[in-house]
Formats: sequence, C-alpha cells, structure tokens
Amino acid sequence: MGNGRPVLAASAVTMQFGGLRAVNAVDLQIPHGAIISLIGPNGAGKTTLFNVIAGILEPTAGGVDLGGRRMIGPAKRAFLEPIVWVLPGVIVAALGVSVGQASGSAPIVAGAILVAMAILIATLLSAIIRPAWYQDLLTRLGVFRSARPSDMVQSGIGRTFQNIRLFQNMSASENVLVGMHTKLSSTPLDAFLSTPRQRAEEAAARVRASELLQLVGLRGRDDEIARNLPYGDQRRLEVARALGSNPALLLLDEPTAGMNPHETGEMMQLIGRLRRDLGLAILLIEHDMRVVMGISDRITVLDHGERIAEGTPEEVRANPRVIEAYLGSPAQ
Amino acid sequence: MSGSSRPASRSRQIIPPRISAFFSAHRSISIVVGMALATTLLPLVVLLPPFSTFSRQAVWIDGFSIAGVFVLLALGLNVVVGLAGLLDLGYAAFYAIGAYSYAYGASPFSGLHVPFWPMLLVGAFSAATFGLLLGAPTLRLRGDYLAIVTLGFGEIVPIVFLNADTYTNGTNGIGGVFKPELLGYTFPLIEPLPFYVTMAVIVTVTMIFLYRLQDSRLGRAWMAIREDELAANSNGINTVTTKLLAFALGASTAGLAGVFTAAKLTLVSPDQFLFTVSFTVLAMVVLGGMGNIWGVAVGAFVLYTIQSVLLKQLNQFFTETQVPILKDIDFVQYQFLLYGLALVLMMLIRPEGLFPSRRRRQELHEAEFELAGDGDEAAEAPEAVQ
Repeated sequence: MGNGRPVLAASAVTMQFGGLRAVNAVDLQIPHGAIISLIGPNGAGKTTLFNVIAGILEPTAGGVDLGGRRMIGPAKRAFLEPIVWVLPGVIVAALGVSVGQASGSAPIVAGAILVAMAILIATLLSAIIRPAWYQDLLTRLGVFRSARPSDMVQSGIGRTFQNIRLFQNMSASENVLVGMHTKLSSTPLDAFLSTPRQRAEEAAARVRASELLQLVGLRGRDDEIARNLPYGDQRRLEVARALGSNPALLLLDEPTAGMNPHETGEMMQLIGRLRRDLGLAILLIEHDMRVVMGISDRITVLDHGERIAEGTPEEVRANPRVIEAYLGSPAQ
Repeated sequence: MSGSSRPASRSRQIIPPRISAFFSAHRSISIVVGMALATTLLPLVVLLPPFSTFSRQAVWIDGFSIAGVFVLLALGLNVVVGLAGLLDLGYAAFYAIGAYSYAYGASPFSGLHVPFWPMLLVGAFSAATFGLLLGAPTLRLRGDYLAIVTLGFGEIVPIVFLNADTYTNGTNGIGGVFKPELLGYTFPLIEPLPFYVTMAVIVTVTMIFLYRLQDSRLGRAWMAIREDELAANSNGINTVTTKLLAFALGASTAGLAGVFTAAKLTLVSPDQFLFTVSFTVLAMVVLGGMGNIWGVAVGAFVLYTIQSVLLKQLNQFFTETQVPILKDIDFVQYQFLLYGLALVLMMLIRPEGLFPSRRRRQELHEAEFELAGDGDEAAEAPEAVQ
C-alpha cells in the first residue's frame, strides 16, 4: 500500500465562514494506492474539506501537501504581490523622468512614461495569467498563494461532484476529452495551422477517451450526449472524466448516491479496479455503510467539523463516539 | 454513425445528416468551395429579377461587401458569446480600434502610409490586445455584471476617440484614408469588385480558422466553461487564460472588419461605432444561431441584406402603391424596432436561432428532449439526490 510519504497530507485544516467553523483543525493522510473513506452526518464538513483539498476554497488555517509539496493554505506575504506589479513600472518611470529632466528633453520623459505604462499592463496581465516564471519569482520572494482547482488537477488530483456536474450538452467522449485537458499539449496556434502534431494528438486523445469510457463500463457510448445518459451512467462518466488527467489521487463525492444495490456493487468493483489496475489512491465521501465498510482501507469520521475517529473499518465500527454520533444502532 | 438514435423531435435539421457528415470530415475544403461558389453566384443572381429591379449590380456588390463586414463581426462575437458563453455588449469597441488603427496608419492626417495587407494583421492584433485588456477585469464577473462592464467599455472607446483630437481628429474623424494596393494596382474608389473579393477571402480564411479552433482543445475548453465553469476549473482548465483567449480571438475579427471598413469608406469617425453596432451584431449572432459558425455567418448576411435592401424596397413599394398609412412610414428608420420585434418573436418561437448548433437546440428545448424517451431517469434522479 503506502510507500513512505503519503500522496496527500492535510494538516490542521480549518475552514471558517464568518461565524461558522465548518472544518476545525482536521488532519488527513492518504498513502499511495489507499482507499480512504470520509464519513459523518450531513453538515459534518466533508464536502467542505473536499473543496479545500480540491483547491476551490482557501482554508483559514492549516495546509494541504501534495506529494510533499505545500499546495494549499492561507496566503503568505500576499502584500508583496502588488509591490511586484507596480515596482518595475515605477522604476522605469522615475528613471525616465529624472533623465529627461536632467537633459531637458520632453520626449524622453513622455517615452519613459509610456514604457512604464506598458510594463505595468504586462505585469498585471502576468499576475492574472500566472505563468510559471511569475510563480517562481513569487516563491523566491516567499509569497505563497493557495493553488487553484486547475493547478491541483495539474498536480494529480481528479474529482467528481455530489450533484453530477457533467457538461450536459457535450458527448461522453467530449466530456472525457475535457478531463484530459491538462495532458494535451497542442496550443491554439497548432489548432490554427492544423499541424500534423495536433491532428495526431487529437486522434490519440480520442482513442484514450474511448479506453477510459470502456474502463468505467461505458464502452461504445462515446457519442451519446451526456444529459441523455441514465443516472448511473452519468456517475460513471464523471469518474471517466476525472481519470482523464491521469491523477494520482481521485476524490469521489458520494459516488453511489441514488444507486440501487446492483449499481452500487458495480461502482464498488470499479473503485477496486481503479486502485488495483491504475494504482490510484482514492478518497471517498460516502453515506452507504456497505460501501464504506466494504472497500475502505481506513476511515476518517467527521462530526461538526472535527475529526472524531480515524482507523480501519473494524476500529471505527466499534468506536463508541462514532456510534453515538452517526451510526446509530449497530448491525448493518 | 452517431451513437445517439434520438430523433430530433420537433425541430428539423436544415441539412440532411449524411451531407453534414461529409462537410465535417473535409471541413476546410468545403468552406473554400462553398465560399467560392457563393462569391461567384451572388453577383450573377442579382442580375435576375426581382433583384435587378431593386438596385444595379454594382450597388448590390457594394452591399455584399458591407454584409461581409457584419459577417466578420458576427463570427468574432460568436466566439465570445456563442462558444465561451461570455455576454459582451460592447463589441463595437474592437471594431473601432481596428478601424482607427488603419486610419491612423494610412492617411494624410498622420502622414503615415502603412500598406493595407500588413495592417490587417496589425489591426487584428491591436483589437486582440484590447480584448485582453477588457477581458482581464471581467474574469470574476458572471452574466449580467460582465455584460454591464463590457457595455461600459463599448461606450468608453468611441468617446476616447472623439476626444483624443491630436490622434483621431475628434468629431471630424480621419478622412482620406488610403486605399489598398496590390502589386501596384490601387483599389478604385467607385468599383466595388476588388473589395468584394477581398472580403470573401478574409471571411473564408476566418471561418476555416474558427472551425479549427472550435474542434480543438481550446474550443472544448470554451464549451466546458460555458456549460459549467466550476466543473471546467475542476478538470484542469485554466479558466482565466481560456476566457482571455476568447476575448482576444473574438476581438481580432472585429479588428479585421475595422481595417477593411476604414479602407473601403476612406473615412472613420466615432459615430460609426456606437452601441447600435454592438446591438446589431449581437442580434445577428442570436438570430443566426449562437455557437454555430456557418449559421451565424449566414444569419448575419441575411439580416444585413434584409435590413439594407428589403426595408428600402418596402418604402418604395408602399410609396408607389400609395397604401394609406404605410406609405408615410420610413421603414429604414424603424430598423431597430423591427430587430427588436424579430428578437422577441424568435425567443418565443425558436430561441436557438435560425441555424442553431445541435447543442443549442438541445439546451433550449430541454423539456421536449427529456419527455421524448429514456431521458426520464436523467430528468428525475438528480432532483432526488438534492
């Protein structure tokens, strides 16, 4: 199972919305290839914790490390960023103005101000787009910004949603292709020119999308529009889409909600296959105890935003606090 | 061939499926062939009655060139509104930027004489840059608020051009803009044919590029953002750069249209780029079929032709036949009333536009599609999961 450092380590994550502390100093570790379930009554903070890990929310305190690298946490030294934006332009303007005044030449002053404005616009655009060199510069200055969801996907996290959020009017194949967005490298320029590289990459991508659909049990349904798929197939499509980015960790938010026992069993088998064949680690939010007890390596229990128990299914099942808070009477 | 066997319920497809499949496979060639056919046939068709009674052929061809301008504008706005789903109400600003770029670069006013053909690219590029600059502050805005900001920008740009006298000659505008030259041949002032052919080429190239983008990784990213921005973000799409690219690329065709207009009319002034232009182009995109590239192009062409030709003809007809009340109405003045009426009617009857993309038709006729069969499960279950 594990191999030393965990895939994901959340430490003392706290999420406060005004007066409501939705998640209170929760620790969570996910070893490589492990299946971890996150359970708790409704309102316990499970989806909030998911959203923090996925990069949608910036925690009030604590942090999330992915592969040993701090990806998510409260911003540090954020005040330095605006200084970085403004400083180059101000320096150029100041230089230009002083040189211009010294030599009594108006065009130099005007030119310097124009150049300063252009630099300011360029740095603002960089701040918005955040290319790699900009992020490196910020890291060197000790500025930390919580990763955005797309950054987390880039770093190896895939995610499904509690209420299915497929791209309803796109086909199954197109949904998976969007999931593969971070793994495709053709630029708009390649698309413009329809280079052989782009065409080859698109063709290979479609084949891979078909493979992923096959993996989740949607063989041959490539061209069906997502909204026309039956409910269970939509959940499977969401999983296929999340797999598109070749994640190391999959976050599944109530994957068996609304399913009958047969479909639930199939989903359990799929999750097992994903771990076995693709080596994925999986973090599940689940309410169905058969699933939770059946496939989890370890379980973390939340209640009112706090972690009240963590351990193997047997340990959790027997834990009196858990029983009191959530499981109710035993024997399920 | 397609996996879904669902019939297209009440809305029939205008092009039979086998033919549209062929066009999809050989897209660029189909576009070139189609445009070549249209470009050669149109001037011939207008020699036939009743078209020949409306105007001379030269006037028709001139009108087609202007229609082409609107086609370009509609194609660009389609990228922003139709593909990426970002409501832009100030699109005329980019048109103005393209026009003034060429006017400034090639007129007696500034003394510069940059050739037309490179200026096409320069105009497209400057408009694209402003697309980026406009798009940047709007990234976190949704729907209505985005529309308001873009509307504001659409107002700001003509006013800036109006007031920046030293660069733009204020209210008088920049006149005497130099005509394009090709291998020593200068486009004549009166003869409409060279401009007509040039516009046909520009439209063809633009359509080819836009189709390629639509079917690429970027096109899918735009559609994903339009469908569900959070899900798009959570699947690795950098919504920031993707939206900025939509603004930039959408604005670039307006830049092209602007450069062309400046060269053709040899005059640019701020009142050519008011909100009415933005509104007209938006109406063309909506009525033509948002998201469908050729649908928008045909829609824009048809609408412009109706507006410029039909309304005048109505005027003439009612005046000649002396119909009591109608002969006193100047239909040309009422074109925006008619646009408004047309929009209202279309939204009630066929909100997906005249030539919608398959997706748009599905989006807008949800209820029909779901009731039509085994979509029942999909319709009911999500509600159950709250």
